[in-house]
Amino acid sequence: MLAFIIRRFAQALFVVVAMVVIVFFGTNVVGDPVWMMVPGDATQEQVEEVRRAFGFDQPVYVQFFRFLADIAQGDFGRSYVHGGSAIRLILDRMPATLELAVVALIFAVIIGLPLGLFAGLKPDHPASRAIMAGSILGFSLPTFWVGLMLIMFFAVMLGWLPATGRGPVTTFLGIETSLHTLKGWQHIALPALNLALLKISLVIRLARSGTREASLQDYVKFARAKGLSPRRIVGVHILKNIMIPIVTVLGLEFGSLVAFSVVTETIFAWPGMGKLLLESIQRLDRPLVVAYVMVVVLLFVTINLIVDILYSALDPRVRLAGKSE
Amino acid sequence: MTQPVLEVENLATHFFTRDGVVKAVDGVSFKVGAGEVLGIVGESGSGKSVTGFSIMGLIDPPGRVVSGSIRLAGEEIVARDDEAMRKVRGKHLAMIFQDPMMTLNPVLRIDTQMIEAVLAHDKVSEQAARERCIEALSMVGIPSPAERLVAYPHQFSGGMRQRVAIATALLHRPKLIIADEPTTALDVTIQSQILAEVQKLCAETGTAMVWITHDLSVVAGLADRIAVMYAGRIVEEGNVSQVLDVPRHPYTRGLIGSVPSANPLGARLKQIPGSTPSLGRLPKGCSFEPRCASASEACRAAKPDATDYPDGSRVACFNPYSLARAS
Ligand SMILES: Nc1ncnc2c1ncn2[C@@H]1O[C@H](COP(=O)(O)OP(=O)(O)OP(=O)(O)O)[C@@H](O)[C@H]1O
Ligand SMILES: [Mg+2]
Repeated sequence: MLAFIIRRFAQALFVVVAMVVIVFFGTNVVGDPVWMMVPGDATQEQVEEVRRAFGFDQPVYVQFFRFLADIAQGDFGRSYVHGGSAIRLILDRMPATLELAVVALIFAVIIGLPLGLFAGLKPDHPASRAIMAGSILGFSLPTFWVGLMLIMFFAVMLGWLPATGRGPVTTFLGIETSLHTLKGWQHIALPALNLALLKISLVIRLARSGTREASLQDYVKFARAKGLSPRRIVGVHILKNIMIPIVTVLGLEFGSLVAFSVVTETIFAWPGMGKLLLESIQRLDRPLVVAYVMVVVLLFVTINLIVDILYSALDPRVRLAGKSE
Repeated sequence: MTQPVLEVENLATHFFTRDGVVKAVDGVSFKVGAGEVLGIVGESGSGKSVTGFSIMGLIDPPGRVVSGSIRLAGEEIVARDDEAMRKVRGKHLAMIFQDPMMTLNPVLRIDTQMIEAVLAHDKVSEQAARERCIEALSMVGIPSPAERLVAYPHQFSGGMRQRVAIATALLHRPKLIIADEPTTALDVTIQSQILAEVQKLCAETGTAMVWITHDLSVVAGLADRIAVMYAGRIVEEGNVSQVLDVPRHPYTRGLIGSVPSANPLGARLKQIPGSTPSLGRLPKGCSFEPRCASASEACRAAKPDATDYPDGSRVACFNPYSLARAS
């Protein structure tokens, strides 16, 4: 298990280095950040002054190694735009993004799982066909378009839910959250639903195919032969089996929820790190972009680890394989 | 005579598939007395499992029991609704399946799977249920049952898993156990151990049994009576000694002829010519007629009804072997 964790972190380190290289040179190619920092009416001398102050007058490779050395010392630099520590700025925005992603994940399960189970148990029912058609739509409609439609329908036409922003925030058990108030939930409902849409479709498909496969298994027939109630058979025997792939896939998809939140956060003006990233890219704020990438990669690695641990908790066969090693 | 545990009369179970109606079971009748073991033998696809599942009320669409009656201790169970049937399943009627690797849920511990079987029918405490499971496991010869109870199925061998399934089936001391080839997937030594144990347990508990198999030598040692199935019908039924020693139906004779131990060493095994007919397109006459050496005009015209013999056998054949011809 330890060797496994070390291997995971080695892989992660490689990914981080690769990402840093790509981000560094990528932002370098896109444009000259100096123009973003100086006022529009700055003189040539002032521009050169800023250029020297930030070391942009050096050759690219020198800049790069300096940059690496700083990172190695835990210094991600200061945001060109906001001035503060880049990593601090990202971390300040992270709770909002994580909150959105977690709520989206919960939506995906509580909406997708029952629908998928139903479609799997009664594949010929008209409602099942409707569910499956809906899941195809969920897969194929673009997120931003659905987001706009949600705003138009629920916020503008019906006026039920606010279109943008986040509810009042408090710190609860060290975690900054807006979920303790009804207002917070009203604010998060639309963006979370929008972000969850793709995952709802995914869960529906996984649950349906898992259910159909499990219902044909002998162990389900044996469970029926024991005289168990249908509720127990579905709720324990089938559910426990289909949860294995669903937890695995959803866990791995959590990272992509964080990534996709860039779009959703922008549409719903959700003050998360995705929105900050988009602004930073537009302003060539390299330290912020790099800090974002590092944080997200680390997040991915942690998620994958948690998924592996959850997976072995769900599937006893995996546990045994680990023990006998 | 006391009341039979199970009476099946003219049972017909058909599958309404896209390619037509598959008459998997088509007019099957038999009785099983208390403590009696009935062996059902027949080739693959002859409808043995479907018969078993029909009795359990576990036929799923597109299949359906289309006609006939199944009485358990005198009570009709064919038309029962799901909930009423659920109360019978596992309580009075139990079933063991062919593949022990597949019958236990891989992600649930043995205790979960056995205790739920107890609690499905009896309102007892979880602790009492657990003790009953331990008792059942030790009855089927599982060493240190209390420890094994908290293991997962993959920690058991195939033979052990089948023992767990048998223990589960015995939890409520059912009136009848349907065993659908439970030893086919096991190796021969384990097979004979389990056969001996099941036989002993049924004798002790007075449980009647329907033992489904395609292996004549298994039923020969185990069963009191034998029913031979062919293409969804029982062609011959009788006491073990009558059916095996003086078979009257040509198909039974063919089956016996193809068992290795029934033939002198070194002799070529006799095969039944031809192959099992497709159940979707059965001939108008006797289904065995195309493969039968003693077929006549009557066999092509209609299906033979079962005839009762004084010795208690029933045979469905227009040209049965008589004792004289058989010897
Ligand atoms: N779900 C189903 N749909 C269509 N036909 C079916 C279905 N289940 C069984 N059958 C048909 O019923 C027939 C009898 O099947 P059954 O499983 O009872 O045979 P069996 O005698 O138990 O054979 P085996 O020794 O291989 O287990 C088969 O030929 C099969 O085509
Ligand atoms: Mg079978």
